[in-house]
Amino acid sequence: MDITTPDTQEPHPAPRPPAPGRKHTATRPGDRIFLGLSRGAGILLLVIMAAIAAFLAYRASLAITKDHGNFLTTLEWNTGVTPPVFGIAVLAFGTVVSSVIAMVLAVPVAVAIALFLTHYAPRKVSGPIAYVIDLLAAVPSIVYGLWGALVLVPNLNGLFGWLDTYLGWTGVFSWDGGAPRSMLTVGILLAIMILPIITNVSREVFRQVPRMHEEAALALGATRWEVVRMAVLPFGRSGVVSASMLGLGRALGETMAVATVLSPDFLIHGSLLNPGGGTFAQNIASKFSEASEFGRDALIASGLVLFVITLLVNGAARMIIARRKEYSGANA
Amino acid sequence: MSTAAVTDKRSTLRGATLPRWSPWAIAAGSVAVAIGIGAAAGLHSHVQWGLIAALLFVLATYGIAARVEGRRQAKDRVATSLVWVAFLLAVVPLVSLIWVTVQRGVKVLDFYFLSHSMGVVADSQPGGGIYHAILGSLEQVGLATLLGAPIGVLTAVYLVEYGRGRLARAVTFFVDVMTGIPSIVAGLFILSLMLILDMQPFGFAGSLALAILMMPVVVRSTEEMLKLVPNELREASLALGVPKWRTILKVVLPTSLGGITTGVMLAIARIAGETAPVLLLVFGNRFINANPFDGAQASLPLYIYQQYGAGAEPAYDRAWAASLALIAFVMILNLVARGIARWKSPR
Repeated sequence: MDITTPDTQEPHPAPRPPAPGRKHTATRPGDRIFLGLSRGAGILLLVIMAAIAAFLAYRASLAITKDHGNFLTTLEWNTGVTPPVFGIAVLAFGTVVSSVIAMVLAVPVAVAIALFLTHYAPRKVSGPIAYVIDLLAAVPSIVYGLWGALVLVPNLNGLFGWLDTYLGWTGVFSWDGGAPRSMLTVGILLAIMILPIITNVSREVFRQVPRMHEEAALALGATRWEVVRMAVLPFGRSGVVSASMLGLGRALGETMAVATVLSPDFLIHGSLLNPGGGTFAQNIASKFSEASEFGRDALIASGLVLFVITLLVNGAARMIIARRKEYSGANA
Repeated sequence: MSTAAVTDKRSTLRGATLPRWSPWAIAAGSVAVAIGIGAAAGLHSHVQWGLIAALLFVLATYGIAARVEGRRQAKDRVATSLVWVAFLLAVVPLVSLIWVTVQRGVKVLDFYFLSHSMGVVADSQPGGGIYHAILGSLEQVGLATLLGAPIGVLTAVYLVEYGRGRLARAVTFFVDVMTGIPSIVAGLFILSLMLILDMQPFGFAGSLALAILMMPVVVRSTEEMLKLVPNELREASLALGVPKWRTILKVVLPTSLGGITTGVMLAIARIAGETAPVLLLVFGNRFINANPFDGAQASLPLYIYQQYGAGAEPAYDRAWAASLALIAFVMILNLVARGIARWKSPR
């Protein structure tokens, strides 16, 4: 990583003649120490990121080199046998499917709630509601998991039966009547969990819509919906996209809620309603306690893949946000 | 339908509009019709009755408004009702979550529960408590804060007060990216270190992972706060000949102390609920272990997971009660943090 190169200039020997070109020349020892400390903290963050990648890659390489299957395409996870055979295909499939379901369900609702808060709700209500949504973002994921497993799952039998009766012929919604602990359940729960963050970021964006745009539309006789469609949504599009990607990042890496709700099985099947499948994070949490040291290395290898995926998704989201610096949603 | 067109005779400039009470009337009408249809067709599920009512409401709104006010107004009304429906739809699970947690949690949550461990209680029996888990959580989160908060604040100081050039841009970008690291990946990172050093699970390992998760959150919020400090304050101090580091320590940081405290507390609230890294690194313990540097410890979120996994009714009750305690802790931290933010906010 070439970013850390400025580090090498750090301990320059007693700067009597101040280095030319530097604006904030540190002359006093206190200044030098303080600059060193704060810059050191920043560099430490970069070092941690690099170390995460390096150490995960090192332990992962120990496992992958001994893998007798193809790490990317093998449909089983047997690390306890000799020779070990494991691959991430099932996990990649499950992670993508559950996150996509979560996005499809959460994004429209979150955008609607953001619109509700900024353009529809009476002023007096929208403040407290926004506050409550902030608080809900703080509910720990394990509590969502417990609720999902003990409250949501028993209540999904009706929906699953209905989907099977009317849409079962598609194959995607066929159901064999088992406990509804499937990819669709996971997707629904993840949607509920990422709703607050997408809502918060979208709300910030919609609030930034220039008042003039809206008033111009109103003056032309537009209805409220036309104002939203012609002034608010086009302005907020990139913000909504990046908000969704932040939500996607959360959904991809969510561990405990998936681990409590899904009844995992290492296979890929087409039905969203039948139990089975798994996600990267869930697989790590469920298999960890029985895994040998080699098994843990294999789990670390799958974690490395998850790390890279979330890095790409979040990096892309940040790039989009950075184009409009004003509403960085980082503290949402 | 009962709602007739009402034209405003007084103004010829405005088009016909439905009276203000019309949405309520249409809603009442569609609920009545839905109950009729549901009862006639013998549908048992009340969810289906609700869906029929909602569908009727949207269709009736569109139809009536399109007749009286015109298509554009009709679309507007449908969009309004859809936005309201989305909002109500989202409220249902969230209210249910809080309601069930409180309702089932208060059954077990008492002083005995807070002051005893699971040492001599099997998972299938009633009794036992979360003392060991609270102790473990407090120690792990406390140590993580001691590590993460200073580094986070210093990084933010660097970015705002000194940061120019490529290093600062890189730090900013990676702090942003770091906020999105899944907690389990942070756990795996420390785990890989532990595998290399051949160590057994202990509390402080969990703290390290939690500190990694905490740092970017603290950096972000502190940065926002430092940017709010007016430049005049810095310039006044520097003009008096105060060195830059003393200006930062004595002027900039005290001015934004309230906001920084808020940010740190929100970060604490976030890591207090993290389960995955604790599961990998601290492992859980039924007994009281007050030493975070030696041996497996318990932790509140992990306790919930393990009690859920035990699969017995008394264990579920304990899981709910522990959830209630955890939510209460996180919410109180949030409320206090926001209170400080409001009280100390620069005016």
